[in-house]
Amino acid sequence: MLDKVIFFFFAGVAILSAGLMVTRRNAIHSAVFLITTLLATAGIFLQLRAEFIFIAQIILYVGGIMVLFVFVIMLVRLDVALHQIQFSRQKWVALLVTLALAAEVGVMLWSSRNVPGQGFLLPNAVPAGKLPPNTEALAGRLFDAYLLPFEIASVLLLVAMVGAVVMAKKRT
Amino acid sequence: MNPTLHAVLVFLETWWVELVSGVVIVAVVPLVAGYIVLVERKLMADMQARLGPMRVGPHGLLQPIADAVKLLIKEDIIPDNADKMVFWMAPVVSMTAALTSMGAIAFGPAFQVARDINVGLLFVIGVSSLGIFGIVLGGWASNSHYSIMGALRSTAQLVSYETAAGLALISGLLLAGTLKIRAIVDAQQHFGVWFVFLAPVAFFIYVVASIAETNRAPFDLPEAESELVAGYMTEYSGFRWALYFLGEYANMIVVGAVATTLFLGGWLRPFPNVRWMNWLDALPALFTAAVGAYCVYRAGKQPVRVQTWFMWGVALACFVVALILAVPLLVAPLKFLVPGLHGAFWFLLKISAYIYLFMWLRFTLPRYRFDQLMHLGWYILIPLAIVNVLAVGVAMILEMEYGWNRWLAMLLTTVITLATALFLLRLNDKRAAAASSAAPPPEEPSTEDSYAG
Repeated sequence: MLDKVIFFFFAGVAILSAGLMVTRRNAIHSAVFLITTLLATAGIFLQLRAEFIFIAQIILYVGGIMVLFVFVIMLVRLDVALHQIQFSRQKWVALLVTLALAAEVGVMLWSSRNVPGQGFLLPNAVPAGKLPPNTEALAGRLFDAYLLPFEIASVLLLVAMVGAVVMAKKRT
Repeated sequence: MNPTLHAVLVFLETWWVELVSGVVIVAVVPLVAGYIVLVERKLMADMQARLGPMRVGPHGLLQPIADAVKLLIKEDIIPDNADKMVFWMAPVVSMTAALTSMGAIAFGPAFQVARDINVGLLFVIGVSSLGIFGIVLGGWASNSHYSIMGALRSTAQLVSYETAAGLALISGLLLAGTLKIRAIVDAQQHFGVWFVFLAPVAFFIYVVASIAETNRAPFDLPEAESELVAGYMTEYSGFRWALYFLGEYANMIVVGAVATTLFLGGWLRPFPNVRWMNWLDALPALFTAAVGAYCVYRAGKQPVRVQTWFMWGVALACFVVALILAVPLLVAPLKFLVPGLHGAFWFLLKISAYIYLFMWLRFTLPRYRFDQLMHLGWYILIPLAIVNVLAVGVAMILEMEYGWNRWLAMLLTTVITLATALFLLRLNDKRAAAASSAAPPPEEPSTEDSYAG
């Protein structure tokens, strides 16, 4: 009961602010609503007892990436951007893609209704005490079974970072 | 019974401790923040051979209340061209982030809102770092140059120093082997030593980085009075300004609590496992009683009758607290209260000591320049923190796999890290010397730090 209330609260906030994010013309307002969406999604993760994903979402996306977004937007002259025509010519393509995605999600939900332990709308959450510690489980998988992909991904990120530094550096 | 009412009652029955603790945090933190300000003003006055606030209450003890009332009834000004929605929201974000992150902190083994969160420490630092949105959005929404300069500086500063702080915390977390707040303190009890003695360099980095994160002197560039009026809160007044202020002081409590939990042994008393040190258990009660006795001594010297009475009241409050702390020690059936009450006392004492250290530094050190701040962060603290994490990891492997003595391994870590620090400082000096000899001394801030104000 409480789980459902929390889920629908966060889901509602996420969808509402996602809609507002797309429709606002002021970039800072959009950023604020994107932050709200991300926080609400983090709340859903927490409600599903995925604590590590929850905090990773908050630290990385909200506390890291969005701060830099806002930082950049603040330096742009917004009043100019407000009077320009927005790049929204692909309206119909976007609508088609959205519909296709929605259909996909719908089919997935519909076909999962018969899987035992899964509900039609939301999976039955396992009580907190019954789950293995989330952080430890994730670390165990990452540094054991998936060590190589994990290392490759980190090297890739490092290369990207070094590349960004090299490109941003002044040529002397 | 009505099913809805029944559900509400079940909910309250399950969660009342958490709800009450949450309400207590929200209610008490503003008051505590006010008194931290009073202590800060008195200390600053003392160091500058002044008296500080003396008028409202004996020795200015009621000054925070007067300030709060003043701020509440002040006019709330919103600039004409401000972005109203964001302007309203920003201070609230700042304070909410700080107060929310307190939910996971354990003020003693008995007082914690979010009990079994698996990522406790990450939750505290992650959520408290969201407070930066309040600063950035407030600075932007004010539509003023000083505000946006302060906001930009603040963002750059927080992003840089959060990395160093996070890496320093990782060194401590490696030792603890867990992210749960209680388990971290239990690990220190198990080790029999506070982690500050095993990883002193990590603690030092965390102290420096946490000063920068809370925007306090010598790193208070986002609100440098002599350059930016008041930085991001230039356009704020009245209660909204007070919210920013509260957020800042709540943040100080948060970083103090994190440092205490991870490095200073949390709610453990000094030497928790040494039996002949058990007399330390009496210290909390004796300490509060001594404060009460001093208040009685001062009461007779107050110039006004009302202030004498007030001093008596403070003394009475101290004696009551001392009694509460002492009775469970002496009466056997109440013994189960000891860990909770005394834990809270030691925890708060350690946080106070940490904040006291912040104040010392504020009154002692001059403010850094912006490029100095960035150099310190990126060229010295972050590499040092990375080296420290690696060294602590190696030391733990040496201890666990090769049977080295823990103290020897940790000493090696510290020596290696300090050597690296010396090397980095030399490198930095050389770079600075090369820069100053190659280029003529810049008359104005170079293009490199365009947001330097």
